[in-house]
Amino acid sequence: MTLATTRWVGSLTLMAALGMPGVAFAEYPEQPITYTIPFDPGGESDVTARFQEPHLEEILGVDVNVNHRPGGGGAVGWSEFQNNAEPTGYEMIGVNIPHIIAQPIMREDAGYETDNWKIVTFFHTTPNALIVPKDSQFETLDELVQYAKENPQAVTLGGSGTFSANHLGALRLEREADIDVTYIPFTGTGPLPAAIQGGHVSGIFNYSMLGVQMQDNARVLAVASEERVPALPDVPTFKELGYDIVGGAYRGVAVPKGTPDEIVNTLEEAFAETNERIAEKQEPLGFVMTDITDGEVDEVIQQLKTAYQPILEEAKANQ
Amino acid sequence: MDMLLEALFSILTLKGLVTILCGVTAGLFIGALPGLTATMALAVLLPFTFTMSPLQGLIALGAVYMGAIYGGAFTAILINTPGTPSSIATTFDGYPMARQGRAYEALAAATIASVVGGIIGVTFLLLLAPPLARLAVVFGPAEMFWVALLGLTLVASLSSGSLLKGLLGGCIGMLLSTVGVSPIGGETRFIFGIPALQGGIELIVALIGLFVIPELISMAAQGRGALPESGKLQGGAGSAIMRMGRHIFGKPVNLIRSCIIGQLIAIIPGAGGNVTSLVAYNEARRFSKDPSSFGKGNVDGVIASESSNNVMVAGSMVPLLTLGIPGAPPDAIILGVLLMHGLRPGLDLFTETGVLTNGFILSMGFASMFLLPVGLLGGRLIHRVVVKTPFYFLLPSIAMVTILGTYALRNSMTDVFIMLLLGSVGYFLRLIGIQAAPIVLGMILGVIAEKGYVQTMLTAVVDPVPWLRLFANPLSIVLACLVALSVATTLLPGWLERSGRMAKVDPDEEKPS
Repeated sequence: MTLATTRWVGSLTLMAALGMPGVAFAEYPEQPITYTIPFDPGGESDVTARFQEPHLEEILGVDVNVNHRPGGGGAVGWSEFQNNAEPTGYEMIGVNIPHIIAQPIMREDAGYETDNWKIVTFFHTTPNALIVPKDSQFETLDELVQYAKENPQAVTLGGSGTFSANHLGALRLEREADIDVTYIPFTGTGPLPAAIQGGHVSGIFNYSMLGVQMQDNARVLAVASEERVPALPDVPTFKELGYDIVGGAYRGVAVPKGTPDEIVNTLEEAFAETNERIAEKQEPLGFVMTDITDGEVDEVIQQLKTAYQPILEEAKANQ
Repeated sequence: MDMLLEALFSILTLKGLVTILCGVTAGLFIGALPGLTATMALAVLLPFTFTMSPLQGLIALGAVYMGAIYGGAFTAILINTPGTPSSIATTFDGYPMARQGRAYEALAAATIASVVGGIIGVTFLLLLAPPLARLAVVFGPAEMFWVALLGLTLVASLSSGSLLKGLLGGCIGMLLSTVGVSPIGGETRFIFGIPALQGGIELIVALIGLFVIPELISMAAQGRGALPESGKLQGGAGSAIMRMGRHIFGKPVNLIRSCIIGQLIAIIPGAGGNVTSLVAYNEARRFSKDPSSFGKGNVDGVIASESSNNVMVAGSMVPLLTLGIPGAPPDAIILGVLLMHGLRPGLDLFTETGVLTNGFILSMGFASMFLLPVGLLGGRLIHRVVVKTPFYFLLPSIAMVTILGTYALRNSMTDVFIMLLLGSVGYFLRLIGIQAAPIVLGMILGVIAEKGYVQTMLTAVVDPVPWLRLFANPLSIVLACLVALSVATTLLPGWLERSGRMAKVDPDEEKPS
């Protein structure tokens, strides 16, 4: 019942926002804000939004309604947002890298563009991590690379999704280490613990969070972050081991293009403040808190586009 | 044992019991509304649990989960609409029973079966979690492929009458499941340039469309309500409950078998509750002395379906709590809550934080017991509403709830259109004898089979003969044999009958000529 009410409130907000084009923005925000998550409930994006919701409400002084618009790995929600959302500051949507970079390259009809909105902030990243079963023959990354060199395609690495953060991470490892592994896509993070504990794959390329979660029954060989992940202090980074692989998923929030700067700033500050408050809960899970805004956003996107574009184009040509 | 007692006392507080009662009641009504699923119920509840203590939060989630899975039975029985995918099989016999004026009997049977199923699931979880968990990880991609194929052989028993039409329905379902972004490979398929179709056809959208709309159309065409108004209870509600209780416990084989099936399937990650009730129903029918009465209002069908899907609630916690593997979609949310409170799945949950974990498990047992009073009272209420409301009010109300539910599922107008389109097509398919159940089964299992097959082929890329990997280990060979056996038992009787009759009939026919 609560659900239906929330959604009705959400659509009322939308109608109210549409009906008042001339409202002065001086007192923003003065109405409830709709925060759309383009994924199913229960995933990392959703859980984070639920963490943020009460703090955002407290800081901004208005209701923040989280709702979901899942489908197509986020693409359905994003295309709808870019086509329909009004730049009033009362509609925002969760955005994820590399999804918003990869999908428009890989699909002709993704329905949205990587840059056709204003990204307020990327509030955290979850670096990729290479995880093997506890009884795996590979004690270190070097051993795995060595074995893969001698046995092309024999090492199978599971991960969440195709041309996702995990897949691109595995592809970059192939390039950097000059090896040939077989990437096995699974749908989401859910089936991965079973795949690794049942020995169905040699290892998995997933996020640092799963590495933390599976500490007892798996071994994390390396993480793809600039510095070691606080929750996994003993695990080396790929960089330390001599492979220039930094990447994973970046999660943030966007508003429509043309949203006034003051509003974007207000939201930026609200998210930064929220981040500080929830860090204590999120960091032990393996999240790496960030505050990437303004120019830095374009920098990150540009940097990752350069890293991923050739990989994606090559993959597309092979399809 | 001490831990168990301590856990018991920790939930036997006024706060604990009220939380369970409220959770079960809320879950029941959410589950009863088509489109609002157990997963959504848990997602909505999630923010509220942040303010509670870890135990109370988990108790609330467990109770809502239990209530929602059970609530699906109400609409399944009363208006032929599975409120959640896990109650599809309940419609097969529940609705015919209701049409015969035995709605309350069906509801009573569903309630008792759910209560027993819930408690048995909790018992399995308390006593057998670690060994059962080991079983969960042996299901790799190849095994999942065979499990899906085994499920598809159910089409034979779901297609009342013509096997060919059943298979046709199954194929339509599998085809529908391919719309959207492919699960492996990420290509977009059959989206005809429409970005909104990247999301594919959501199972529940198809479920609502294929089950509800045809039923509404035929109700409107015949100018009747969902249930005959003369559905007076023989000897009142109390005796219906007693009668059902005697029936269920008098011949407990069906109940026991369904519970075991429910538990086994619950621990296979990715199959989940959508499949458990169908398999349990199928087996109940296969082992019945009178299989032809299934689908025409045999209460054993309702019992099999509802007991197995409530076993699944606690049953799917086995791989979740021990290994961190969510067996069914709502479990992913419970996993999130555990992690948020710093509880990592694993044996620590049963030792270090054992009081909390056992408290959570026991609270699910209490939640299933609470289903009895809440369900029987709520059942009477909903039953009366459905029977007493004139059809010209009932039909538009159901239609509206259906459309709202479909929209709310993913906030999508596209889904509403898909639902209405599938519903209209489904009505005509039903007229030519293609039922909704095989189509939905095809949709559920098509995806699982595809994923299993492609993943197996990918892992086998270095093998000289890749498809041999499908038979690479004992479990997949066993499953493959079961598939062959299941196909054989379906086809052989018909084939023998035909060839037998031919042998008998032919000479007879020759004589007069």
